[in-house]
Amino acid sequence: MELKEFFENFAEVMDLDDANSLSENTEFKELEEWSSLSALGLMAMIDEQYGVSLTAADIRGSKTIGDIIEKIKSHSNE
Amino acid sequence: MSNPFSLVDKTILVTGASSGIGKATAIECSKMGAKMVITGRNELRLQETMQLLEGEGHQMIVADLTKEDDLNSIAEQCPLIEGLVNNAGSTIMVPTQFISREKLQQVLEVNTIAPILLTQIFVKKKKIAKGASIVFTDSISGVKIASPGNVLYSTSKSAIYGFVKNAALDLAGKKIRVNAVCPGMIDTHILDDVSVTSEDIEADVKKYPLKRYGKPEEVAYAIIYFLSDASAFTTGSSLVIDGGFTLQ
Repeated sequence: MELKEFFENFAEVMDLDDANSLSENTEFKELEEWSSLSALGLMAMIDEQYGVSLTAADIRGSKTIGDIIEKIKSHSNE
Repeated sequence: MSNPFSLVDKTILVTGASSGIGKATAIECSKMGAKMVITGRNELRLQETMQLLEGEGHQMIVADLTKEDDLNSIAEQCPLIEGLVNNAGSTIMVPTQFISREKLQQVLEVNTIAPILLTQIFVKKKKIAKGASIVFTDSISGVKIASPGNVLYSTSKSAIYGFVKNAALDLAGKKIRVNAVCPGMIDTHILDDVSVTSEDIEADVKKYPLKRYGKPEEVAYAIIYFLSDASAFTTGSSLVIDGGFTLQ
């Protein structure tokens, strides 16, 4: 998975102007733009772009963007 | 003692009767004396509802309303009915930019196309009696309000809002009444799979002037009103049952 591309997709879902502010250590739920709609958007984006269906529990159980990336990788290997 | 809300001598078909509002409606209607025909996809859960019905002579039909054959088969197996409750529904939560044809079709099939076609088939095949009542489980979502991720559900339910008024007019000549209930958030399992946390729910409940979500029975009682002769002069109407949510 191309990290830069993932950050861009993430920024798109969250309506962030600048993907460069994101990193694997970003605690995404602390972002001002985070909302319940972001969670749905994130799940839909990951499903569409990476073919992985994360659950709401996966999102709840993740703190950083890195956690999300790990979950996508572990689901891709199943 | 006379009871204008009685459903004695009425046979009533309820779709989506294996859970939530449909299950409560089937049970409460049976308590009001109706003979029930219940349908749902899940045989086990439908049997659970069946066992909770009061009185005798009820019938269950396992069917998938998105299949044309199943719609026809319900009409064939069903006796003449005095009430039809188009309740089955589902949702896929997704933001607008992630709508796909497949997701859109899936939600519209269950929430919009199936209940409209079931109504059409019952009228066409004369399986619905003169003076009968058709009730739709609609929603405040769509015509009254919007909420995050609810775009497909809202779209499907707004269509029902329009259908109810038009069908009410079209079927008035046959003395068939068509009405809808528009619930706000009700404590059912429809939201189990989506990304809501218990904190989200607690925060959402606070937005309701009556400070709670509704109970499935509280929607069932309104459906009973529309099914009964108490509402004999009411058609094309949509009753909001939302704890005051849309007042604000």
